[in-house]
Amino acid sequence: MYVAVKGGEKAIDAAHAQLRRERRGPLDVPELSLAQISFQLKLAVDRVMAEASLYCPPLAALAVKQACGDLQEAVFLLRAYRTTLPRFGSSQPVDTSSMRVSRRISATWKDLPGGQILGPTFDYTHRLLDRSLSRTEGAPDTSAPLTEEKLNVKNLPRAMSALNAEGLLEPAADTSSCREVADLTRRPLELPADGPEDRPVRLQTLARADEGFLLGMAYSTQRGFGAVHPFTGELRRGFVELVITPEELDFPIVAGELEMTECDTVSRYTGSAMPPCLTRGYGLVFGNNERKAISMSIVDRALRAKELKEPVTGPAQNPEFVLLHGDNVDASGFVQHIKLPHYVDFQAELSLIRSLREAGKKAADASPSRGERS
Amino acid sequence: MNTQDRRQQYMRLLSLAPAEELEHFLAGLQLPPWKLLRGPESGLVMVRGRINAEGALFNVGEALVTRCVVTLPGDTCGCGYVLGENPRHAELAALCDALWQKEAYAPMFDTELKPRLEKMLQEREEQAGKEAAPTKVDFFTLVRGEDK
Repeated sequence: MYVAVKGGEKAIDAAHAQLRRERRGPLDVPELSLAQISFQLKLAVDRVMAEASLYCPPLAALAVKQACGDLQEAVFLLRAYRTTLPRFGSSQPVDTSSMRVSRRISATWKDLPGGQILGPTFDYTHRLLDRSLSRTEGAPDTSAPLTEEKLNVKNLPRAMSALNAEGLLEPAADTSSCREVADLTRRPLELPADGPEDRPVRLQTLARADEGFLLGMAYSTQRGFGAVHPFTGELRRGFVELVITPEELDFPIVAGELEMTECDTVSRYTGSAMPPCLTRGYGLVFGNNERKAISMSIVDRALRAKELKEPVTGPAQNPEFVLLHGDNVDASGFVQHIKLPHYVDFQAELSLIRSLREAGKKAADASPSRGERS
Repeated sequence: MNTQDRRQQYMRLLSLAPAEELEHFLAGLQLPPWKLLRGPESGLVMVRGRINAEGALFNVGEALVTRCVVTLPGDTCGCGYVLGENPRHAELAALCDALWQKEAYAPMFDTELKPRLEKMLQEREEQAGKEAAPTKVDFFTLVRGEDK
């Protein structure tokens, strides 16, 4: 049992003051602005929004600054802020097919209708440190190339539709009987959550899960702890419109544009639940977050083991394991609470160990022959 | 086009436009007094997706939005919803929505504000198209010896 402590206010205040000084760093170094964080550390901001499950780039940038760049701490700050806001409603499903893409690739179709658009990417870079970036003045020219050529970047055809036309994809799930959309933030997860009807709540859990955790889970299935060896059917990133029907009006309106990353993976299926086909996994996350979108789609597919009658051989196929351990606010709180004062609990541990030793010693003293026999 | 379609169309433009653009446009007009009926206030909208863009609905996460409702003399109400913490933008969007419903303002909004906002969105899309064009890639697969 945890017994609370009191006091320490002065030291705690001083510790927080020291944290503020450390956050600011040397005063002769210019202070970071939120705009600098939003634009120049954008991927950190995007990661914080995805894991906090709250899309708001300026507030995520503020959280990154306040947390001194500790992204999990920033996620915690944004999650905590979210609890102070009322819910206005739910959106219509975002139409990722009409996304205005900045990047869109397929690893399965070379001649993808609409084209493979690399967009800004770390892929194919040599991962050599670029010393020119250590200067902040006279930085290299980053202006856009002058071109008159324009690509159509909206309403690109979906890569998977060709497979669908040939009938090689698994049949689409019947969604006509779907109940209300399960919402983790309103009702806690109910286990076992391993049926096809639980896929929506699993996806919500994965969309807000820690990127590192999801990456490790996805990697484990590829290495053999599970049986998902997928291809990226299509990966797209860009802007989608947020459409809501506000309570003041009886028709839907566009409230703004969100940046999202979507990943559609396919993997070979030769099990017994249906004829040989390609099964699909799905990832959809806020911001520019490819590693997470891919990991999410692999783990989504792995978690369908029961539905697809696959042997469960790895942790990534176990919904309880994956869904209950991927949230970094939960995990970090529970793991890190052990650094807070546990003086009374620890005294109890000590006295338990002491009494066990004492009892052991007494028993040994009572039977002196034991020592001779050994 | 019926009134609702028209309103939907311009409310989209008002939300996607930068607040400064609305501010700038309204600054040049004689405006009736307006009252705030609701907000501006921030809240959450749960963003939904569809599995593989065609299956069941699921919740992706929430987005922060700001909303505002204004009323003009004569009880015309205007409503504004914008993404992010932008009280001024929400109020201006609501005010424009209200004015756009008034016969005295609608023609001017249609001929001056609408094309300006549409042009901005079109330019945004064209810019994205221009940025994307040089990164369009044509990979080719290598012919291997045994295929000859």
